[in-house]
Parts: sequence; C-alpha cells; structure tokens
Amino acid sequence: MLAFILRRILQSIAVLLTVGVVAFSLFRYVGDPINAMVGQDTTMEQRDELRTKLGLNDPAPIQFARFIYNASRGNFGLSYRTSEPVGRLILERVPATLELSFCAAVFILFVGVPMGVYTGLYPNHWSSRLLQAVSLFGVSLPPFLVGILLILIFAVSLHWLPSFGRGETVQIGWWTTNFLTWSGLKALILPSITLGLFQLTLIMRLVRSEMLEVMRTDYIKFARARGLSNRAINFGHALKNTLVPVITVFGLQLGSLIAFAVVTETVFAWPGVGQLFIQSVQFSDIPVMAAYLLLIGLLFVVINLVVDLLYSAVDPRLRGGGSVRVAGH
Amino acid sequence: MATTSNNPPLLEVKNLRVEFPTRRGTLLAVDDVSFDIAPGEVLGVVGESGAGKSLTGNAIIGLLEPPGRIAAGEIRLEGRRIDNLPYEEMRKIRGARIGAIFQDPLTSLNPLYSVGRQLVETIQTHLPLSGSEARKRALDLLKEVGIPGAENRIDHYPHQFSGGMRQRVVIALALCAGPRLIVADEPTTALDVSIQAQIIALLKRLCREHATAVMLVTHDMGVIAETADRVAVMYAGRIVEVGPVRDVVKHAKHPYTKGLMGSIPSLGVRHDRLTQIDGAMPRLTEIPPGCAFNPRCIERGQRCLVERPDLMSAGTSRAACWLHDRGGVGAPVAQELVDA
Amino acid sequence: MATSSALGGWLHRVTDSDVWWSFKSSPMTVAAAAVTFFIIAVAFLSPVLAPHTPFDPATLSLSDGLKPPVLISDDGDWTFPLGTDDQGRDILSSIMYGTRLSLEVGFASVIFAMVLGIALGLVSGYFGGTIDAVIMRIADVQLTFPAILVALLIDGVVRGLISVQRHDEIALFVIVGAIGLSFWVSYARTVRGSVMVEKNKEYVQAARVIGLSPVLIMIRHVLPNVTGPVLVIATLNLGLAIITEATLSFLGVGLPSTEPSLGTLIRLGNEVLQSGDWWITVFPGITLAALVLGVNLLGDWLRDALNPKLR
Repeated sequence: MLAFILRRILQSIAVLLTVGVVAFSLFRYVGDPINAMVGQDTTMEQRDELRTKLGLNDPAPIQFARFIYNASRGNFGLSYRTSEPVGRLILERVPATLELSFCAAVFILFVGVPMGVYTGLYPNHWSSRLLQAVSLFGVSLPPFLVGILLILIFAVSLHWLPSFGRGETVQIGWWTTNFLTWSGLKALILPSITLGLFQLTLIMRLVRSEMLEVMRTDYIKFARARGLSNRAINFGHALKNTLVPVITVFGLQLGSLIAFAVVTETVFAWPGVGQLFIQSVQFSDIPVMAAYLLLIGLLFVVINLVVDLLYSAVDPRLRGGGSVRVAGH
Repeated sequence: MATTSNNPPLLEVKNLRVEFPTRRGTLLAVDDVSFDIAPGEVLGVVGESGAGKSLTGNAIIGLLEPPGRIAAGEIRLEGRRIDNLPYEEMRKIRGARIGAIFQDPLTSLNPLYSVGRQLVETIQTHLPLSGSEARKRALDLLKEVGIPGAENRIDHYPHQFSGGMRQRVVIALALCAGPRLIVADEPTTALDVSIQAQIIALLKRLCREHATAVMLVTHDMGVIAETADRVAVMYAGRIVEVGPVRDVVKHAKHPYTKGLMGSIPSLGVRHDRLTQIDGAMPRLTEIPPGCAFNPRCIERGQRCLVERPDLMSAGTSRAACWLHDRGGVGAPVAQELVDA
Repeated sequence: MATSSALGGWLHRVTDSDVWWSFKSSPMTVAAAAVTFFIIAVAFLSPVLAPHTPFDPATLSLSDGLKPPVLISDDGDWTFPLGTDDQGRDILSSIMYGTRLSLEVGFASVIFAMVLGIALGLVSGYFGGTIDAVIMRIADVQLTFPAILVALLIDGVVRGLISVQRHDEIALFVIVGAIGLSFWVSYARTVRGSVMVEKNKEYVQAARVIGLSPVLIMIRHVLPNVTGPVLVIATLNLGLAIITEATLSFLGVGLPSTEPSLGTLIRLGNEVLQSGDWWITVFPGITLAALVLGVNLLGDWLRDALNPKLR
C-alpha cells in the first residue's frame, strides 16, 4: 500500500514537471517577452542588454529552474496585457471560480447521482425514459448555449435573476465570497446550473449504465438466489459497486468544472480565472497562459492523486497496488 | 423411483414449458418437462449445451431472465406451487428453502464485501439470529466446507481466495439458511480438474449430512456417475431418459443416451473406437416433428418421424422412445443427417 | 446483372440484420436520423440552396440590417425569412453555411484524431519499450486536461506565433488540428491494448519466421478487432467535437466572423441579445442543438446496436 502511494506521488511529480516544461516553453519561446515589454524605439543593443539582465540569455535548464522557483513562490512575471503581476491577478480571481465550481459540484452530486441511480434501477418506467430524454438534451446542448438560454428566460424575460457579474461579495482576508449576501447567492444560481448541467448529465448517464451493468452480474444473480431483499440488493450490493468507478469520474469532473468555468465565466461575465484565461488567449498574453496552465496542471494532478488513493481505499482488490483509470475497472 | 406415497417428493415439476419470445417467433427452450426429486436425493440433469438444463434450473428458482418466461406447467415444492408466486413470496423461499450454486465462483461473489459479511447478511435475512450468533454460524459453516484458518479468513475478500476455496464459500452461502433443495448449475465446470473432484465430494457429503436434495445440472457425465442417485438426460428441451444412475449409465435405454455413454472413455476397458453420435442437436427453431432425436437415430422407424414419444417405462428407467412401446417404431428409416 | 444481384444480396443482408431491425423499431432513432441527415444535406448543399451569399460583402447592404424574422415583422417580406444581423446578412443562409463549417470541422477533427490515435497506438503497442513509455506519458499528461483547454492552449500558441490576419485565414486548420489533438488519446489507448494482446500471439511469430511483415499481419488482425470500440469512441467524439468547435468560436478563439460557424454566429448574436434582437442568436442555437442532438441519438443507437451484451 505504501509502495502504491509512493509510486503515485512520483508519477504525479513527473506529470507536473512535464506540465512545467510545457508552460516554461510557452513562456520563454512563444513570442518575444522583450518585445512585449518595451516600446517601439528601443534599440537592438538596449534589448539585448535587457535580455541579459533578465537572464534570458542563460542556458535553458537554468532558466527552467528559475521559472519553477519563481512559480513556486507565485511569481509569474507581468501580464502582457495589463502589466500587472500575474500572480496577483490570478489570486484575485481564484475565489470567484472556486465558489462557482463548488456550487456546480454540489448540484451535480446531489441531483445527478440520485437521478442516475433511479433510472438505473427502474429503466423501463416512463419517468426514467423521460429523464433519459432530458439528459440527452443536457449532453447535446453546449454549455454556452445553456447559459444564453437561461439568461434569456430568467434574466431578460422574467427578471428574476441577474444576467451577469457576481453580485455583492464579502471580503474575508484575501478571499471574497458570494455566500454571505443575498444578491451574491442569487448571482450564483444561473452560472452554477450552466456550469454543472453538462457534467450532470454525464454523471447521470454513467451512473445509470453502471447500475444496469451491475444488475446483470452473477453476484447480483447469486444474491437474488439467496433471497436477499430488494433493498439489500439495490442499495447494499449494487449501489456500492456502481459508485466505485463513479468516484473516479466525479473527481475528474471537479477538475473539468474548474476548466469549463472558462466558458461559463465568459457568458455570465463572471470575474474568475477562467475569464482571465480567455482574455489571455485572445491577446496572446503568454505569462498568464503559462501560469494558468501550471495552476490547472497542479490542480488536476492533485485531484487525480486523491481520486486514485480514494479508489484504492474503497476497492479492496486494489490495495495490493496499481492505479486505476476509468476505462478499465 | 425413489418417491412413494409414504415419501412424498420434495420437488415436483409437471409439464414445464419455458418460452422465449423473439422477433423471429417464439422459441420453446424447455418443452413439456416433468420430473420429481425426493428429499435428500441427488438428481443429475445432464445434456449438451443448449439442451435446456440450466433454464429448467432457473425456472425452478424463479430467476428466469426476461424475455424468457414459464409458459405452462407447474412447479411444486413440498406440495405447494411455487411457479406462480409473487416476487416477494418467492424471495423468501429462495435461500431458505431452495438454494442455488452457479458456475463461476469468481463472479458469484461481490468483490467489495468480505466473505463473512456476505454470509452474515444471508443468514440474517432468513433466520432470526443476532449479529454475533450469525457470525458464529458463518464461522462454523466455513469450517464445515473446509476453509483452513476460518477465524481469519472470514474477514477476507473474495479475491484473496483461490478458485476452489471460493466455490467452497459459495457452497457455504447456498447452505447457510438451511434449504431443502440446492440447484447446482455446472458447479465444477469453471474449476481445475484436480479441484473438481474435491468440490463434488464436498457437495455430496454436505448434502447428505444436511439431508438436502440436489438438482445437479451439468454436461459432465463423469460427475453425474460419481455423485447422483438418479439422472435425467435432456435433449432439445425435453427429457429423453430418466432413471437410477447405475442403470442409465450401464444399460441406457434411449438411443441418445446410449450414444452419450458410449462416447465416454473409461480406464481399464479396451475401446476399439469411441462411439460418436453423428450430426448435432437441432437448433431451437428447427426441432423436427415426432421425436426430436430421430434424424440422428440409427434405430428409427416410420413412427418416430410423426409421433412424439412421452417418457415410458423401460425396465428400471423411463425413456421417451418408441422402441420400448409395444407398437414399436414401425418400418425402419435411414438416418437423415444435417450439417451441424 | 451479377453486380446488381450482388448489391441486392448485400442490401438484403443489411435490411435483414439485427442492427437494421433495432433501427427501424425505435421511432426516435429514425426521427433523429431523418433530422440529422436533413440538416447535413442542406448544409452541404448550401451553395446551391442558400437564398443569399451572406459572406460576400458586395451583396450586403446595411439598410437590411437587424430585420426581424418574417413571422413577427411588420412587412411580411420573405426575402429574409429568419431575419438579418446588424450587417444585413441573411440569417437563414448564414446558418446553412455555418452548419456546413461546423460539420466540416467536426468530421475532420474526429478523423484526424482517429488516424493519429490509431497510428500512435499501433506504434506504441508494437514497439513497446521507450517509444511506448514516451507516448503513454504524453497521453497521461494530456488526459489530465479537458479537451477544451488543450484546444484553447494550442490555439493561443498559434495565435502568438503568427499574425492575426494569417491566423484568420488558416483558422479552419488550426481548429481542426487543435480539437483533433485533444481527442487522439482514447483511440491510441484502445488500439495499443489490442496490439499488445495480438503481438504475443503465435501467428505473429510464425509470420516473422516466414519473413512476412508482422506489422502488416497485425494490422490485418488488430484493426478488425478494434473497429467496434473505435466506432463507439468516434460517435461519442463527433458530438463533442462539434460542441467544442462551437464553444471555441463562441469564445472568440475559433472560426472568425469572416467564415463563421454556428458558434461564431451565436457569439455575434449574443452581443446584441440584451437589446432584444434575439433571432440572431436563437436560430443558430436551435440548429446547433438539433444537430448535436441528432448526432448523439444516432451515436447512442449505434452503440447499443453494436453492443453484443445487449442483444
């Protein structure tokens, strides 16, 4: 078990380093940092001087090490677009994205999973078929379309909920939160639903298909042959076996939520890191892109690690070793 | 037969029909099958793949998978009809009065729960025992089925057991609520040959000790010869011969059974050639009129093509063959073989 | 004669098969197929069918701008049945051309991902060792990121490397490449798994002994085995690819307004949404939703029909 944990941690570090290399290459080699920083009439000598001063002429490995060192202290240089420190820009916006993702995750977990279990247990009931049809819509509608639709209905027509922005927020230390004000909570509703809908339908369909598969297994048949009650079979045996692979997917979805916030934040003008990233792509603001990449990489790696550890805690077959990916459990 | 009026049968199956509606029409997988099992008796049900033996077993425990369904006939357990019971009633019978063992011990056990937990759960479903009483009973059962170090292994997970050990656990699970009848569907097929004999011996001993009857479904004649008291031979969804095991094996009365027995090699006997039955069992959609076996039968006659024989008396056994009827088979007809 | 009866025979086998039967017996799938094929057909015939050429500036006039759809407009003029945008471009025609673009990108990126994934999977599985380790490492890293981020990243990088104008010109290829690059991993893994299983079988070694190229033999045996799973992945990916492209265009980093796909159109419409000119966004939105819905339904049906466990 310890060997397994160690191996996974090493793997994670390897992945992080790779991401770091990619981020660094972006940072250093795409576009010219110097040109973005200085005015038109700086001479070539002055540029060269600046290059050396900033260490841009040092060998690549040294620059990489410096990059990683700086990154670990939150120093990602200055944004090409706004000339503000990238680290600070990101820090300002992280709470917005995290709170949004959290709400969406809650939505998915407490609506999607039960719906999936229900449609898996009673697949032929008309309500199941209805939910299935609705879920098909959920998977087919791109998130930005959902957002626009929700805005059209609830904001522009009905005026019940705001169509953009975070509403009033409360500052606690360096964190700003939506949860403590009424307008903040209202502002969270539409974006959370938009963000979560796609993933919700995915989870629902996954849980359903896992449930159907599990109900067809030999051990369920043997459980029936032993006369176990429906409750014991459905919620004791079937549910537990269904949820095990779902853990992996949900964990990955957490990461996806934060990534997909990019779209939702744009539709709702939500001031999070996602919106920042889009702006950076539009303007080729490389330092921001690189920083976002590294951050997301770190996040995903940590999430994957936690999910794998959780999986092996739940599935006794894995305690001997090996890691699990969704596709083959 | 082993049952008399003083010793009523434990299980009675009368004229059972199992159908499968498909888009190409309705398939008849079990056709007018009748047999009895006496208390404590081991009835072997033998036949090729597709002969309908597993389906008969599934019908008896009430776990036919849709769209399969019982179309006709009766199944009685200790005199009481069980084929038409609502699900909840049947559920109480399963495990407590009829147990089942399936082929693959690896997939029969839930990998996420310990063996002990699965045992205790089954015990407590049917018997009013407390947690610790149930656990004690589980422990005793594990020892009875021959799991070494049962005190430790009771908390182990299925993947930590070898194949043979797992099947022992499965047997323990099937017996833990004290059923009167066990339907065992190919219980040794998935095991190593060396383990098969052990498991069969265990099953036989346990059932004798607990006075549990067994319906042993298998395609392996050797297992039947070792274990069963009586044997029923199935072909194309019908029973073609049934009788005491020694008689059926040594003096088969139905041409199909003769062919089956002749195709088994045995040590110490010199075989010039193993008998092979020409042709193959017909598909469910292409069962010929009259006797289902007739196209492959060397001894067939005109009557066999037209009239379907029921089981009739043939010495100590019964066989579904006109050879044993006073009217005979009529004028001989050559075999008519179809490619498999 | 001979060919027509052979064709007739094949047709008969198709219509008699289980797959066709499951298709016919599900009215929703038939409807989905009908709608999807209709949309695809109209889209690809758009140069012929479209009543206007919305992207030829010479044919536009600003006085036609922001006309509402005919059913709610005051003058009942059918020239622009679904209305126009602020530049006077006909929405209906824009939708036709836009759908075609969306479909082109969707199919192209899936095929690109498939070819790339299968190739890398074959190489990785067959050669094993370092090559396999490297490719799988890259796959692992890439899997940590959702497709849209990868696509965004690639697009951002390209944008940083070349000028804006040039970028608009080759936007189509960049998008196809970006989306394709984010999808290859599933194909690669499936194929790699199959190859590794087949590689150790005796017929491969036998082929090596008699001098045949084992690679070719493996391809002949591996590829038929993976066709099923690969198709399943492809059907899952097509809808996703279309959505990803639409999202990228909506965010402003996909196809530009000179060559708009449905996503771009929705973005353009979104800018005027608050002022009540809803048709510029809604109609392309409906088309996009219908298209993806149809593709997903067909994909669902195909997966169920091909799944031997459900037969």
